[in-house]
Amino acid sequence: MTETLNAITVEVNGVPRTARVPARLSLVDWLRDELRLTGTHVGCEHGVCGACSILLDGEPIRSCLLYAVQADGHRVTTVEGLAQPDGSLSVLQDSFCEAHGLQCGYCTSGLLIAAQALLDANPHPSDAQIREAIGGNLCRCTGYQQVVEAIRLAAERGAGKITP
Amino acid sequence: MTYLYIGKKRRTKEDPRFVMGRGRYVADVALPGMKHVALVASPHPSARIASIRTEAALAHAGVHCVLTGEEFCANTDSLQIGVDAPEVTRWALAHGVVRYAGEWVAAVVADTRALAEDAAELVEVEYDPLPYVIDPEASLEPGAVLVHPAHGSNVLYHRKFVWGPVEEAFEKAEHRIAFRAVWGRNATVPIETFGVAAQWDAGTQMLDIWASIQMPKFPDQTARALRLPGNAVRVHYDVDVGGSYGVKRGIKHTVLVGYLAKRLGMPVRLIEDRLENMRGGDMHGPDRFFDMQVAFDGDGTIRGLKIRAVDDVGAYAGRSPLQLAKPVTAICGPYRIPAVEYEPTSVMTNKTPQEAVRGFGQSPTNFAMERAIDRVARHLGMDRIALRTKNLIRKDEFPYTIPSGSTYDSGDYHAVVDKALAAIDYPALVRERDAARRAGGLAGIGISTCLEPSGGNSAFEVLFNPKNETTTWMDSCLVRVDLSGAVTGVMNTSSSGQGHETLVATVVGEVLERDPAAIRVVRADSLTALPSNSPVGSRMAIMLGGAAAGAAKKIKAALLAIAAHNFECSVEDLEYANGDVSLKGAPEKKLSWGQLVTIAHRNIHKMPPGMEPGLQEKFVWDVPTGGDLPTPEGRIQIYPCYAFEAHVVYVEIDRDTGKPSIRRYVCGHDCGVMINPDIVHGMTYGGIAHGIGAALYEKFAYSEDGQLESGTFMDYLIPSAFEVPELKIVDHCTPSPLTTFGQKGSGEAGYLGAPAAIANAVNDALEPLGVSIDRLPMSHAAIWERIATAHDTGSPTNEAGKR
Ligand code: FES
Ligand code: FES
Repeated sequence: MTETLNAITVEVNGVPRTARVPARLSLVDWLRDELRLTGTHVGCEHGVCGACSILLDGEPIRSCLLYAVQADGHRVTTVEGLAQPDGSLSVLQDSFCEAHGLQCGYCTSGLLIAAQALLDANPHPSDAQIREAIGGNLCRCTGYQQVVEAIRLAAERGAGKITP
Repeated sequence: MTYLYIGKKRRTKEDPRFVMGRGRYVADVALPGMKHVALVASPHPSARIASIRTEAALAHAGVHCVLTGEEFCANTDSLQIGVDAPEVTRWALAHGVVRYAGEWVAAVVADTRALAEDAAELVEVEYDPLPYVIDPEASLEPGAVLVHPAHGSNVLYHRKFVWGPVEEAFEKAEHRIAFRAVWGRNATVPIETFGVAAQWDAGTQMLDIWASIQMPKFPDQTARALRLPGNAVRVHYDVDVGGSYGVKRGIKHTVLVGYLAKRLGMPVRLIEDRLENMRGGDMHGPDRFFDMQVAFDGDGTIRGLKIRAVDDVGAYAGRSPLQLAKPVTAICGPYRIPAVEYEPTSVMTNKTPQEAVRGFGQSPTNFAMERAIDRVARHLGMDRIALRTKNLIRKDEFPYTIPSGSTYDSGDYHAVVDKALAAIDYPALVRERDAARRAGGLAGIGISTCLEPSGGNSAFEVLFNPKNETTTWMDSCLVRVDLSGAVTGVMNTSSSGQGHETLVATVVGEVLERDPAAIRVVRADSLTALPSNSPVGSRMAIMLGGAAAGAAKKIKAALLAIAAHNFECSVEDLEYANGDVSLKGAPEKKLSWGQLVTIAHRNIHKMPPGMEPGLQEKFVWDVPTGGDLPTPEGRIQIYPCYAFEAHVVYVEIDRDTGKPSIRRYVCGHDCGVMINPDIVHGMTYGGIAHGIGAALYEKFAYSEDGQLESGTFMDYLIPSAFEVPELKIVDHCTPSPLTTFGQKGSGEAGYLGAPAAIANAVNDALEPLGVSIDRLPMSHAAIWERIATAHDTGSPTNEAGKR
């Protein structure tokens, strides 16, 4: 059995990428296995944990719940696209390091994506708004305390809009 | 003692690569030509496998192999077991019979995971269903269905320990209570499932393994099961593990994938999907009930304790029965209780097997113990804090030996309790609760005071299995200074978020007075590694920290010896500062770090005779309290260090839905000297969140017909940022006299006391209704049901005795 392949063009972290993919290939598998952008992780593949979060046209979505073909013509930002143009850490990433807002790092890409989307829309969120924004991202290591502190710190330090 | 780097707010070495998305987890390991595994799982909790037809699956595109238990079990050995039960054999694939729903029956290898999944659906297995047993008490009944008939019973381990004059204490005490506390089946459930990749090299006859692993003796057990010499298995420890907290012990997965890689001559990888992980990954945690009896006097003095603990390990056993053994080492908690009876029973049922979980059985025991303390207070009408204060071991009583033979190293429990109460403003909190109650609400305050035994050896194996004499439980570190003067620490295990690279760098930097930021820490593979027993039992700050410090001290001693030789003086005449060595009183007579390193690497003519050139030192050390065998009564010392935590939590419950909300949370914590406070706090916050899950949400629920009902994150509920409130930790420091810097373990902190405190808070909230709840998780529905009972009957009831 050979699967029908579909041509797609997706702008990933600012670079247009084209591919021919089977209809059933999930967006996260395409990003990870084909583009080798392994910073996006998979925790449940049923849309609950948020480890696979990416920005699609600037909005946080779960890349395990989308097929790669559905991203055709859209803009995708993964954790690899959060750093500054010179490759140094973004204010948000640096704040996660400063507040130790992570441990094993597995959920971290998804939390950074959720936090960046929040700060893009609301540069000065309250703690309640921060918790709301990360409420769909499960982390087993941190108990969220230092994650909230990291995002608060990033907001104080002006983690302005940096996503393309 | 003041330190340069220890205890300071410092960034970790690990965080930057993770925030960049540049961690390397097992699912990121891509070997050329790698094939993928999908599994066929049993739908029955117990059945005879009548036949397996693999033709259709084999004919499917991209499929390389369909492996069944018949071939696999003939060519590999059964996995090791922690107790003396040789008939309780266990392989990754069932052979002949299945013993739980979800057990793996066949493995399909294909070019992609998607193709392997397609083909797995084409494997036709015919089953003859057999009777099964799901309830642990039913499993203990005479005539119960046997999970492993050849073992002759469902009991894996049972013993009654008696330490001290227990019967006399119960006779003489003025009061006695008895109740049952039930800990639900839950686990650590990391966000990353287990995964393993393996590659066999026919030329070197070696199996390379990359795995998401946290397991002592993992390479050895893999090699044994595969019937390979130990040096034919090379485990790569430079794989980042996406959380573990005990459970990442995929030994069965690894033997399976290792076998497939060797048999096919192709790299093979298995990454569990979430359902495989929850159902067939064999990583459920303790599922335990306690029949508790306490004897005490009217003034609150506790005289004796009887604990019967029955733990349901599921259908197979690895080390899981030993999770009943760790509590022996802290059997009376932080209290002065002179006589204790402990009767652990490990029982099998037709459920997913149990694996080690954060605390190794201590958190359930702490929960039962702390419920007992609150029940005693309630029985006497005594304040819960006053009762604890009365019975807590006092600062001046350390080192303190408990009836089961373990000596607690140090502590100041009363100070930690006071700090926690002050931090939460306890009098104001009581007023807040009372005001909420007057307004018609259900509100409660919970307290728990618990211990975290840490840094121990593995002598619970010996305690529960006299045929096993494993008392050695070392860890090691190699420190090298290269020609450029840069320092590298080599550790010998993988990590799952505990910041071990930061630990090694901090400790080595402290000893050598060199900036930890410039110290690199790498991981050996299992063939180049020094001995390690991996990060279990809150041991790394103590054991790896101690080993790294030991190696760095040897480097420092070498530098001093080189300087002494060149200055023709004795070491005592020298001064070491930031890596430079000078003559005391003559600072111009100085050899810098760079000069000393050059001598060590390039100038043998300037080296003391007989000294090894180069600059590298290893240090292997064992548990500071040694490794004595247990006494005939089962008295034993396993852990050198005991950290203490005091939780205070305020909960309000919605009367109409039973939904509890945690409004305030403070944890007083004393784990001695903290190497990196951010790391310790982080693990403690995470432990509390995990404990909130165990107390209120998380359960591997089974239907009566033996099916797991919570195999996804829709029904196995891990707390999110909505359920976990703002948490506050108050530190206290009582150094351990037994460790290098006074540090104690802390990897299990928070989790060990949170479920107990939350259970006590919920019960305090329910107390005005005259009902109680001693079964975890206390789901909304369960709490609501208790509230409804109170309304229906209008009279006090409790659910003790009901399971
Ligand atoms: S992997 Fe996509 S939400 Fe969990
Ligand atoms: S940092 Fe490990 S799961 Fe969040």
